Amino acid sequence: MMNIEYSFLPLVPIIVSLLAIPLIIATGERNPNLREFWSLLAGIIKFSAIVSMLPKVLSGTIIECQVFQILPGIEIKFRVDALGMLFAIGASFLWIITTFYSIGYMRGHKERKQTRYFACFAAALSTTIGVAFSANLFTMFLFYEGLTFVTYPLVAHHETEEAKAGARKYAIYLIGAAKVFLVAAIVVTYLIAGTLDFKKGGIFSETVRQTYSGILSIVFFMYLYGFAKAALMPLHGWLPAAMVAPTPVSALLHAVAVVKTGVFTILRVIFFVYGTDFLKELPSTDIALFMAAFTITVASMIALTRDNIKARLAFSTVSQLSYIILGALLLTYNGMIGGIIHISNHAFAKITLFFCAGSLYVCAHKTEVSQLDGIAKKMPWTMAAFTIGALGMIGVPLVGGFVTKWYLLLGALERGSIEILSLLLFSSLLNAGYFLPIIYRAYFKNFPESLQEGHTHDIKENPLMAVTLTITALLSIIGGLYPDLIVNLAKEVLK
Amino acid sequence: MAETTFSYPLVSFIIFFPLLGVLLILILRKETIAKFVALFVTLANLIISLPVFINFDKTNPHFQFVESYKWLSSINAQYKIGVDGLSILFVLLTLIISILCVAVSWSAIKERVRLFYAMILFMETCMIGVFCAMDLLLFYLFYEAMLIPMFLLIGIWGSANRVYASVKFVIFTFAGSILMLIGIISLYFMAGKTFDVTEILKIKLPLEFQYWLFFAFFAAFAVKVPMFPFHTWLPDAHTEAPTAGSVILAGILLKIGGYGFLRFSIPFCQEAALSLKLFMQILSIFAIIYGAFVTLMQNDFKRLIAYSSVSHMGFVTLGIFSFNQVAMEGGILQMINHGIVTGALFMLIGVIYERTHTRDLEKYGGLGKAVPIFVLFYTFFSAAAIGFPGTNSFIGEFLVMLGAFKSSIYIGTPLILGIALGTTYMVWLYYRVVLNEIKADMREQLYDLNLREIVMFIPLIFLVLLIGFQPSVALDYMTSSVKMLLEDLFMNSALTFR
Repeated sequence: MMNIEYSFLPLVPIIVSLLAIPLIIATGERNPNLREFWSLLAGIIKFSAIVSMLPKVLSGTIIECQVFQILPGIEIKFRVDALGMLFAIGASFLWIITTFYSIGYMRGHKERKQTRYFACFAAALSTTIGVAFSANLFTMFLFYEGLTFVTYPLVAHHETEEAKAGARKYAIYLIGAAKVFLVAAIVVTYLIAGTLDFKKGGIFSETVRQTYSGILSIVFFMYLYGFAKAALMPLHGWLPAAMVAPTPVSALLHAVAVVKTGVFTILRVIFFVYGTDFLKELPSTDIALFMAAFTITVASMIALTRDNIKARLAFSTVSQLSYIILGALLLTYNGMIGGIIHISNHAFAKITLFFCAGSLYVCAHKTEVSQLDGIAKKMPWTMAAFTIGALGMIGVPLVGGFVTKWYLLLGALERGSIEILSLLLFSSLLNAGYFLPIIYRAYFKNFPESLQEGHTHDIKENPLMAVTLTITALLSIIGGLYPDLIVNLAKEVLK
Repeated sequence: MAETTFSYPLVSFIIFFPLLGVLLILILRKETIAKFVALFVTLANLIISLPVFINFDKTNPHFQFVESYKWLSSINAQYKIGVDGLSILFVLLTLIISILCVAVSWSAIKERVRLFYAMILFMETCMIGVFCAMDLLLFYLFYEAMLIPMFLLIGIWGSANRVYASVKFVIFTFAGSILMLIGIISLYFMAGKTFDVTEILKIKLPLEFQYWLFFAFFAAFAVKVPMFPFHTWLPDAHTEAPTAGSVILAGILLKIGGYGFLRFSIPFCQEAALSLKLFMQILSIFAIIYGAFVTLMQNDFKRLIAYSSVSHMGFVTLGIFSFNQVAMEGGILQMINHGIVTGALFMLIGVIYERTHTRDLEKYGGLGKAVPIFVLFYTFFSAAAIGFPGTNSFIGEFLVMLGAFKSSIYIGTPLILGIALGTTYMVWLYYRVVLNEIKADMREQLYDLNLREIVMFIPLIFLVLLIGFQPSVALDYMTSSVKMLLEDLFMNSALTFR
């Protein structure tokens, strides 16, 4: 039986990084070390607060906290359960790591407006944890929109024409989709169900399911596409465009916080609004499943054609996100576990890859795959980490990604779907197709002769960046060797 | 029925206190002192009025603080005033907006200063009077009296095309209100020679008369709101008016239309209103979508916001005429929200116009770097205008949409398009004004907000967030009155239709 406990603890991780913002701004450029200290301090407090709730969540307790009532039946309310915990623990831990990495990147690259950067970053983390701990659709929507708002300056950070264009696309896709689809979807959900509070197994009663199955099928798609941060095709265009942002932004936000918020919200809708039983009856599930499968393959194929490292990673992300949606929509036990744990597995592997891309850019000024010949000799740590991350994406045993694929394949078998099974295998092949050539170039091709002179001395790994990306790479491996923690959390979600 | 009331005529005092200020301005002949008098009077009036809002009994759906005196006994007209859940928030809004109108004109008005502030104060009296009047003739008096200061505000202190705009404004409003006057007079005879609103409510009017009456009132209020297709005066009036005029127009005057529907049209003509529900809903939806499309095409900063009002007020009338509790509360709340947010946007435009002297959007761009504090406020109120979650408009939009979907899925669905278009024009406007590249000649003219300008936006920000996170603060005032209105509506009409 579920225990519900009331506590203000869920507020701590949300508020702490908000409190850091005035400190970050007040300290400003005068004392960069102190400014970054605030970020780190907030990150550590946030992470510890979240971890302190972990044992209770693992034992099946749900921690709730109501802040205030908006309207009868609609509250600003938080709840910490296994799904939220899985997301929050990864995001908050990676914030600490990314802060270290950011310091190296921003200083190594002598970026402008670092204060704004760190302030927005803190705000983004607050809203992300807010999404993770929301107890109803209303609160979740509030934080979801807030996240778009505070990440806009981060995407437009360089303030070049290209950055502005990318940020514009980012804002239009995300705000537009939310406005067009989500508000109406939430309104209709509230009208039909009479509540917006998440509930295991869904909030629609048996009679309602019968009467409104047509409307609810449409509303399901409105959720699926309204949460455009999940980058389900055809609403994926913002993600590659947002890659104009500084690399740590791409790393944390576009591999962890923002896109994961997208898939996380969709998982919330699948498990806690519709419920798996109801979705099994709805015809829209199969169409959604097809869209996810379509996204997985097509995005991978596009990734094959991109020479820019970050663009390739971006399309890889689009593809990988749909694994999560696909897993959940398989609606079989193992499939769903595969989907849920991929939130974390993909996060660690992808952030490693982005860190490496940033390291290559800052230390060696390389942005294209074709420039990477022989780079492994110059930057051994970076390329070793990159290899681990890439293997994780492909799903090679010992790395986290393998665990995901294992469960997903089991799920597909459970469902008895040969199509999905072969799709998963084919897409692994595609993953290998766009990652292995990078590794091949880096290790087995020679460093171009023309660049040997002069430039050789320039290429030196930034220690702060090298250490952080090694840590995330190691964590990917740990995720593959000891998947118990996240698998248990995932099982707790489905219990 | 226990009535809440004061031993002294507080509501009357609130209505006529600004006139005292007018008198003072006329006596003190110094130009420079006028604005201080106006500021003091408007501020004092808000403080004096506080007991009304504190002692207001939210559970009582009837009129409270009623004051009744004999006025024109030969035709049985009374001076009868009071507030109920439908009107009290508008009184509060008027009190707040009046202060801001004085504040925003502080340095912008340089000619005929005394007359200007006297008109603002006179306007305040009329507006509060309109919302408090419980006698139709008294209502009409205040309603018409409002035209004079507004006509002068636009006509004297407006921009280039001001005379055209002010005459158009008066002709439209007057044409509407003359029909309302005919309605009021015929109602007077139908109801047994009384102008008293509470007395008329007890009388059952014949159905055919109800239709005529509904359209007579409709003529006045649809122009005021403005509903499509009576909206054409609005962009001209808004564009040409001085900032304070635009703020009053957007903040209060438009609301009188919506308030009129709630106070008179619906309770007097219940069957007519019910049978015209679909007609009014479709008209509202048309206003929302048509208004939004027209807004998209505007190249004039003020005109754009003016047209967006047409679209926003469509939400209001849709909420009112969906005839269910959520929608109607949403409609009323949306009126308050629109007053706050659009008022703030007009103030922002006024502030920037003082510096640049142009409203042409082609000349704007890149304000983000030049005037960061301005942009901070502008960003906030833009977000509020598109209904960003956590702001007041989101709640209003949410409630109206909820009610519209409750009414029918075919009424609710077009709203999605309306909301999407609403976001589009605001974001595009934001892009054109704040982002883009700054024009060279504009850069020299710009300087950031001063303390006065910052201070006047703070209360509005507070209100936006307060209603955004705690809408019950506002909704609690209206709940019981709206409930009674709807109960009466369905109870009485159910009897006749059966």
